[in-house]
Amino acid sequence: MSLYSAPPNDSSKPLIRLDDLHVRFGQQRVLRGINLDVPRGQTLAVIGESGCGKTVLLKTIIGLVRPTSGTVYFDGRDLASLKQDDLATTRTRFGFVFQQAALFDSLTIGQNVAFPLRRHTDYTEDEIREIVVMRLAEVGLPASVVQKKPAELSGGMRKRVGLARALAMEPEVVLYDEPTTGLDPIMSDVINELILNTRRHHPVAGIVVTHDMRTAQKVADRVVMLYPLARLRDDEPQMLYDGPPSEIEQAPDPRVSQFVRGEARERLMELRTQNGS
Amino acid sequence: MATDAAPTPWKPVEGNGLSARLMNWVANWIADLGEIVNTMILALGDMANFTMATLWWLVMRRPYRGTLLPSCYQIGVLSLPVVALTGVFIGMVLAVQSYAQFRMLGMETRMGAVINMSLVRELGPVLAATMLAGRVGSAMAAELGTMRVTEQIDALSAMGANPIHYLVVPRFLACLVLIPALTTTADFMGVVGGAFYSIGLLDIDSHHYWENSRQFVGLFDLFSGLFKSLFFGAAIALIGCHRGFTCDPGAEGVGKAATSAFVLSFVAILFLDLLLAILLEQVYVLIWPGGASLV
Repeated sequence: MSLYSAPPNDSSKPLIRLDDLHVRFGQQRVLRGINLDVPRGQTLAVIGESGCGKTVLLKTIIGLVRPTSGTVYFDGRDLASLKQDDLATTRTRFGFVFQQAALFDSLTIGQNVAFPLRRHTDYTEDEIREIVVMRLAEVGLPASVVQKKPAELSGGMRKRVGLARALAMEPEVVLYDEPTTGLDPIMSDVINELILNTRRHHPVAGIVVTHDMRTAQKVADRVVMLYPLARLRDDEPQMLYDGPPSEIEQAPDPRVSQFVRGEARERLMELRTQNGS
Repeated sequence: MATDAAPTPWKPVEGNGLSARLMNWVANWIADLGEIVNTMILALGDMANFTMATLWWLVMRRPYRGTLLPSCYQIGVLSLPVVALTGVFIGMVLAVQSYAQFRMLGMETRMGAVINMSLVRELGPVLAATMLAGRVGSAMAAELGTMRVTEQIDALSAMGANPIHYLVVPRFLACLVLIPALTTTADFMGVVGGAFYSIGLLDIDSHHYWENSRQFVGLFDLFSGLFKSLFFGAAIALIGCHRGFTCDPGAEGVGKAATSAFVLSFVAILFLDLLLAILLEQVYVLIWPGGASLV
């Protein structure tokens, strides 16, 4: 069941383009001079340590965070120039999988997955019910969860419901915010497989924010690594790596290989200095 | 074009002399004061924007299906018992407090006028609103604050729904529509409580008690109480929702949002009560130039 006729598909243009993006909260700078193109159909993993601005980047792409300067283009249109209604319509072309799933507690699982369908489509209740069951089946959940409340499900199941809800409107791009954080290794792999499965079944672009290298290696066509601005000099770029996941271990910048291998190195010394030991 | 240069912070005057220390102390004091004023102005501006956005969505689009009735149930039906109980006890307390004074003057039957006038004009609306601020305003701040902290409000936006339209408008509308009904309940139960204590327990003559009430308590008094309650209801909903929307992260943030929602709502109720009392007194004098209210 398809919700939308395909949008004008000019494959030469990137679906998402970030042009000299800066984000600052008060005195705290989070993103500096980010330039990034994401073509249709590509799955990009954004990696980096905690506090480097990965989630802010994701939220800026969908317009939840306003850039201090610079532009976010989606399908060639500047998000900042869109009127409220146009922005709301544009957002239906995105799916967003939140870190803790962000399911609405007061609604059942079925109502959660049906939420965007009820707001933005003219489907009958029967059709909506059919789509909800189908989307839940795609993420491996039985129809019996429809009547349950989010609090009754495990963390992994909630994440899968979050993915089903993100896919409900058949988006053109799915944004994943740390999809495997807080899950056991088996459930993490299940989520990774679901991300791959999503791409197999729907021609979507994906941006996966993660600090889990296994996820990045498994699901991404391309990896970008961000570094916290507090640890950078003013003349250094914030994006330390932009390339295929297979070559990230051979990256010339030692900070990239340090992150990929998960080595503390000088950070231990910093901690000891801070603690005065 | 990089425009993200942070403003340069003020540097203290160097040296350990008296003038340097005095200069630094004065500068710090001015900076602290400036920060407080700045924060207050920003909060007021943010609140004004929030109110405008709520009113805009209220006028522009009907609330989402299925959001208004649950809000009405939460705000109206579930608040009814506590508001009614408050009304009864305030009516009885008024009777207890005023009896001794009126008895000394031999004017016990005038108590009906004073109790009922105080109830419909002031105590009914203010106490119903205070109960609502405690029960509903804090709950709104805590619920929306938890939604903010757990990214549910971001999820709404990400799915193309406007959070103010989906979350704030139904709560605002329910508060606005139901607070006059709750105030009427508080008034009625207060009148019943006052009469029960005065007539039933203090043996005051019921005919004169009610006759004095009828003589002094007019429709304008009832109207002025209900009119004020509309503003109280709007303030409670807007402050509760705004606190929730601007909640700081974590459990502590949610707790602070709930507490500050009640405190700010209570201050707003008292402030609005004073302003509206002055305004309504002017209107009363304008309509009945020779009239003077009993209380």
